[in-house]
Amino acid sequence: MAPSDAERIAAVLKGDAASFEPLITKYSPRVFATARRYARRESEVEDIVQEVWLKSYQKLSSFRGEAPFEHWLMRLAVRTCYDFLRGHQRNRETAFTELTAPETEWLDRFVTAPSSATEDAAGAKLLIDRILEKLSPANRLIITLLEIEDRSVKEIAQITGWSIPLVKVRAFRARAEMRKQLAKITKDKYL
Amino acid sequence: MNLNQLNQKLIAAARHQPPSDRVPYAFEKRIMAHLATCPVPDLLTLWGQALSRAAFSYAAVMLLIGASAFYLTSETPAGNPATGSELSQDLQDTLLAAVDLADQTEPLEPTEQIEEL
Repeated sequence: MAPSDAERIAAVLKGDAASFEPLITKYSPRVFATARRYARRESEVEDIVQEVWLKSYQKLSSFRGEAPFEHWLMRLAVRTCYDFLRGHQRNRETAFTELTAPETEWLDRFVTAPSSATEDAAGAKLLIDRILEKLSPANRLIITLLEIEDRSVKEIAQITGWSIPLVKVRAFRARAEMRKQLAKITKDKYL
Repeated sequence: MNLNQLNQKLIAAARHQPPSDRVPYAFEKRIMAHLATCPVPDLLTLWGQALSRAAFSYAAVMLLIGASAFYLTSETPAGNPATGSELSQDLQDTLLAAVDLADQTEPLEPTEQIEEL
């Protein structure tokens, strides 16, 4: 029988660094999926995930085992992604580039017949990625966790370390900023 | 155009198309190699580094205060020659205020007890 996460962590803390490798193998897919929500370039994604694992190794002694290791790791991953967004804030503040062909096509379809613009279209995904990139780091984090990953306010407070009222205030602001960005895109194109 | 509906559609699109969870080939080996080259920092070393940084910054602040005190006392205005000495006297009074206060409030030796002895 394979050792549990707790047993592996205990072994790592005793000095057996090799016991950390199975943990990386097991949880890397989830960490990669999380990092890809916040970074577009694959090199950036790999840097984020690498940082998550290095941090988790260095802070492993602070893991108390009260919650599953996965929860602790994902909290670390989200916080690392948030730091990444804040670090790359300047790159984000660039002017709107022209919409790509799939994005324009999807928007045109939505304007003419909203029901025909399906959610699985590539244009819709590109458009939401474009809008998320324009949001501030805190707003992007909130929209991703609350709206896209469908997490509760309490969960978000635990992940981010923010208070529940702060999460609510930031969620309100994030939705407002998102509507503003949407209005900007559609105004440029359709008004 | 209904922006709320557009917003909902786009959020639904993001939910519908989650990011890939693909892991690059031998990624765990890369991390393990990284961990082997950069060992876990020793807490005592970190503490020592923080203390030495603090020592340098405190020394800088001390020099700054010393220099400013020196210039303040040396640059006495012509019309008020006592300013420099007043400043140093004030500083000394402030520093020794607690001692002076203690001297003033210290009870006298109980003469009765001495007489009993």
